Amino acid sequence: MSVIPLALPDRRALIREASVASRRRRTVAGLVAASLCVVALLVALVPIVWIIVYTISQGIAAWSVDFFTKLPHPAGIPGGGIANALVGSLIIDGLAALMALPVGILAALFLAEFSGRLAGTVRFVMDVAAGLPAITIGLFAYAVIVVPQHHFSAFSASVALGVLMLPIVIRAGEGALRTVPNDLWEAGLALGVRRARVARSIVIPTAIPGLVTASLLAISRAVGEAAPLLFTAIGSQVFSTSVGGAMASLPLVVYQNGIQAYPDLQQNAWGTALTLLVLVVVLNVSARLLARRMRRHAR
Amino acid sequence: MSLPVGVGRSAGALRRLRLGDRAYRRALQALGLVVLGIFAAVGVSLFVQAWPALVHSGPGFVTGTTWDPNKAIYGVLPFIVGTLLTSAIALVLAIPIGIGAAIFLSEYAPRRIAAPLGVLVELLAAVPSVVYGLWGLLVLAPIFVSTVEPPLTQLPFARGPALGVGLLLAGVILAVMILPTITAVTRDLMSSVPAATREAVYGLGGTRWQVVRRAVLPSVRVGIIGGVVLALGRALGETMAVTFVIGNSNQIPRSLLAPTQTLASLIANEFTEATEPFHASALLSAAVVLLVIALLVNTLARLLVWSVSREMRETG
Repeated sequence: MSVIPLALPDRRALIREASVASRRRRTVAGLVAASLCVVALLVALVPIVWIIVYTISQGIAAWSVDFFTKLPHPAGIPGGGIANALVGSLIIDGLAALMALPVGILAALFLAEFSGRLAGTVRFVMDVAAGLPAITIGLFAYAVIVVPQHHFSAFSASVALGVLMLPIVIRAGEGALRTVPNDLWEAGLALGVRRARVARSIVIPTAIPGLVTASLLAISRAVGEAAPLLFTAIGSQVFSTSVGGAMASLPLVVYQNGIQAYPDLQQNAWGTALTLLVLVVVLNVSARLLARRMRRHAR
Repeated sequence: MSLPVGVGRSAGALRRLRLGDRAYRRALQALGLVVLGIFAAVGVSLFVQAWPALVHSGPGFVTGTTWDPNKAIYGVLPFIVGTLLTSAIALVLAIPIGIGAAIFLSEYAPRRIAAPLGVLVELLAAVPSVVYGLWGLLVLAPIFVSTVEPPLTQLPFARGPALGVGLLLAGVILAVMILPTITAVTRDLMSSVPAATREAVYGLGGTRWQVVRRAVLPSVRVGIIGGVVLALGRALGETMAVTFVIGNSNQIPRSLLAPTQTLASLIANEFTEATEPFHASALLSAAVVLLVIALLVNTLARLLVWSVSREMRETG
């Protein structure tokens, strides 16, 4: 293993510092730098602790049995819940996962199994696509589904979220499939079995924890996104399970209630924000735990 | 000991095996093409919907400073400026803090402290952006009005009333959002620097800080830049958090505290009420401009990150 080389001017500067500057000056410089780094970390931690603690304190105050089981009330009438948004998020995100995860995992299998120009292109495009603004993907679903159908729908929202999930599940899924030892692939091939059979019976079962991790990460990203839903699911005050029409969802409730001047609605926004936070943290932590178990397993 | 594949099988069985493998390969290739097609369709469909407004406005669409749907005049320059300025503020705030925190986590903190703190910082990346927006509008904005902004109004580039919402608050919220990306990328890169590189500087009598500055940071510089550009891409396209706190003014901001609008917040604010001629199409044109900016920034980021990982494979 070779070493990343030091640039020549740096080495000169070091020698100069060692000979000219006193040891004390270097120690002081080191202390100052270290304290600045500590300060930077503390500054970085302030907003996260603040957001989490504040959302919990405000959100718990909004939580009640009614909050999770009742429909929203009009502005000015206290109370009201998010039952329709809970069910809406479940339907929209579930449908999105149902469409995106199988495609994504098979595409990941393609990247893990074959090299070549097409695989390289897919990999690069997925890397870039992972950074596309969510709102542009929402407008894509609007353009290809809402415009021809002339009405907003939960289905178009699922398509948008599915597209959003694809790059995440493909890249993370490829990583998971690549942790399957080469010996296992080759052992399967050496038996004279078809590649598809090797993938189905050996590779995918071995990589299942990693693939689940990839899926959970993709879902947790989609669950919190409001931007792709603005012009697709659009939100709703009533209870609806029809994917052909407008539907409520948790992130939209946070946005649409949060920008109102009514304290009751803001309170509901906090309660919904806490619900989202809990969902996302649960998804992320289980993804992490699975990934760790898989790593231990591999060793 | 290695036997050729399919030894002891009939020629027919072997051919069927090969045919099966070929069909499998073709099917997966087709799926790869479908995935590429989906993302090509994102660009094409936006462009098709944007076309009428682009024709209507001509080059003035990008250079025009007036956005008036009632008169069907559409110029997105104020929103391009708003997008770039909010992201610039976010970078100025997040780069030193993010890298400083990463240096502490990777070089100074004992593992027992660094690991949980690292998880906490990464958790910040998973918080939905509407929650940042809600916190920005209902918690941070009042504090900005009462405490942060009044002293700033004395500055020449921050004149005007202290509204809370506006350019500065949007930049601060974006900074909070991109911090975890910068910190996580920097920390991971620094931890991957081989021990020999550090020992070389220790061997010359260097202090711990000199090791960081002379050995560790220079060798991961390109990767850090890649991570920062990646964070920039996220900030440019962020919609919900910014929409909460930007102030919604279709003017080029004249002050650090002025309310303004980014491309993404413009679309989020106006799209559902776009009934004037060309209005919806003009908003989709704004989305095309945003898409182009995001593609350029993300491609640059990926090329930088890739060049680093290739270098590491070759030297490491």
